[in-house]
Amino acid sequence: MTKRRHRRGAASLDLVAGNGLITRRALLGGGVTFVGALGTAGTTTGAGAEPLADAPWSLAVGGITPPVQTASPFEKDVTRTLSNPRGEFRTSHARTPHQLLGGTVTPNGLHFSINHGGVPDIDPAEHKLVLHGMVRRPLEFTLESLSRHPLVTRMAFIECAGNSAPMFAKEPVQATVQMLHGLISNAEWTGVPLSALLDEAGIDPTAKWLVAEGADAQFLDRSVPVKKAYDDALIAVYQNGEHLMPGNGYPMRLLLPGYQGNMNVKYVRRIKVINQPAYSYFETKNYSQILPGGKTWRFHFVMEVKSFITYPSFGLNLKAPGLYAISGVAYSGTGRIAKVMVSADGGNSWGEAALQGPIHDKAFTRFVMPWRWDGQPAILQSRAYDDGGNAQPLRAEFVAMRGEATRPVTTPLAFPNQHYNSITSWAVDSKGDIKHVYV
Amino acid sequence: MSMSRILAAAVLVFAFAARAATQDLGLGKPLSESDIKQWDITILPDGTNLPPGSGTAAEGAKIYSVKCSACHGDAGKGGVAPYYPALVGGQPLTNGIDTVKTIANYYAYATTIFDYTRRAMPYNMPRSLSNDEVYSLTAYILALNKLIGETDVMDAKTLPQVNMPNRDNFIMPYPDHL
Repeated sequence: MTKRRHRRGAASLDLVAGNGLITRRALLGGGVTFVGALGTAGTTTGAGAEPLADAPWSLAVGGITPPVQTASPFEKDVTRTLSNPRGEFRTSHARTPHQLLGGTVTPNGLHFSINHGGVPDIDPAEHKLVLHGMVRRPLEFTLESLSRHPLVTRMAFIECAGNSAPMFAKEPVQATVQMLHGLISNAEWTGVPLSALLDEAGIDPTAKWLVAEGADAQFLDRSVPVKKAYDDALIAVYQNGEHLMPGNGYPMRLLLPGYQGNMNVKYVRRIKVINQPAYSYFETKNYSQILPGGKTWRFHFVMEVKSFITYPSFGLNLKAPGLYAISGVAYSGTGRIAKVMVSADGGNSWGEAALQGPIHDKAFTRFVMPWRWDGQPAILQSRAYDDGGNAQPLRAEFVAMRGEATRPVTTPLAFPNQHYNSITSWAVDSKGDIKHVYV
Repeated sequence: MSMSRILAAAVLVFAFAARAATQDLGLGKPLSESDIKQWDITILPDGTNLPPGSGTAAEGAKIYSVKCSACHGDAGKGGVAPYYPALVGGQPLTNGIDTVKTIANYYAYATTIFDYTRRAMPYNMPRSLSNDEVYSLTAYILALNKLIGETDVMDAKTLPQVNMPNRDNFIMPYPDHL
């Protein structure tokens, strides 16, 4: 409606949905158009501001340039959260602080990591990968012989099937993006197509399954369809340009883009081609799901289309009304993100967010939505759609299909179920504080 | 021949041709299956690759008290710490989606118990159990859950035949991914 237009010719200020969502077209011309949109003319005169002075760090020679650089000391709070900091005899989780990151690439030191038997200390010169079973001739590879293959590079997210599990709770767990959604990360992976190795070994064309096994203290193993191996599986040896992090599978891991994290077997030491799934412990128990009514899903594999807003989000306080850029990540285990819709009024109306390209297959796409907060309560949501026509389910739809936990969920570290991909809602109150809510 | 069968045959031929056409890169070092034997610990539900050896619940009880009970509690009751699972019991899955998954209410195959115990337990000493010990512990756990009799012998022949109550309760959400 033109009556909502602030001034003639400023189409970029058009509201596209309720509660202050501004058309993504406002982003196309850069930030200039926002200056007028802010309506804070009183502060642009500079009256009363202190004169600019040179800062002390500009007036002395700086520090030594180190061989490996690490983040500024001022970034000390940008860390993973640990579920098992003392290394007790149980699984350890380290969650990615998405609310403190931008773009789409998770820095290697902050990539999420789950270890069911600790992080093994592997000498890459001694590590071997063996391919055997239903093949013409079993083969052994080393990091050196793998690296002589033509390597390929791609972006891919890896998401634990238990990511966002606290959202199966009946009442919304009050926790940061990191605690709710920190068991997913996105990186550029470089490695050898698994299909090339299977061809090299001469796979039996009737084989339907592989079992991949790690060199960790659980010899963690998962059954993988041969179909996926020939689709887009890699034996990855580089992560964002450097060899893998120890917690992400050093020196080599299976990468199954879009498939549940646990199947992307780290420290992979053996791949056996078999004629039936192995029903390993992890695919039998942890990574299969009970459905309402008591039936159970297994071999779920795919992490379905999903998104969540990282800014603004729980724990942040909006200091003043005015313009904000709502931002978050969207991804789908079956393809590329086609569209992300954002709502500021709890789903009553939606506007299409701008997507920051390039948009990769089975990888993070960042979305941005300009929003003018008027200081009144608002509920921010995002909903992703992929190029296969899949839509991120609304919570009511999701709960009807997958159910809710029957017992209270008292900690975000709990895993009441797996494969949550519904919508996250952040409620902003009139003081600018943000809570996690269900709508 | 139906169209779908012709299509299926064509796909198979194509897949085979595509795979067979790839040249030998000469980068992998050939091995024999006997070289891999020590590593090949995968047990399949039909019993494929189960090793020689055997055990009973009575033998398993003795091993359990020494090597397992510190974490899993007396008689598999769990609870030494909240994160160490009980190995016995289990509520019906109709109780809710967050019902604790146990051997009795959930596992589809008894071979999974053998496989996981042998590859990963005890937690701090994986691969330290003999095959007889693993058969015995498996028998003990199955007997505690009344899935086998107290005196049943578990070995490569009997273990795959154990009837697991939840076996036929699983469905695959995306069968087209196979």
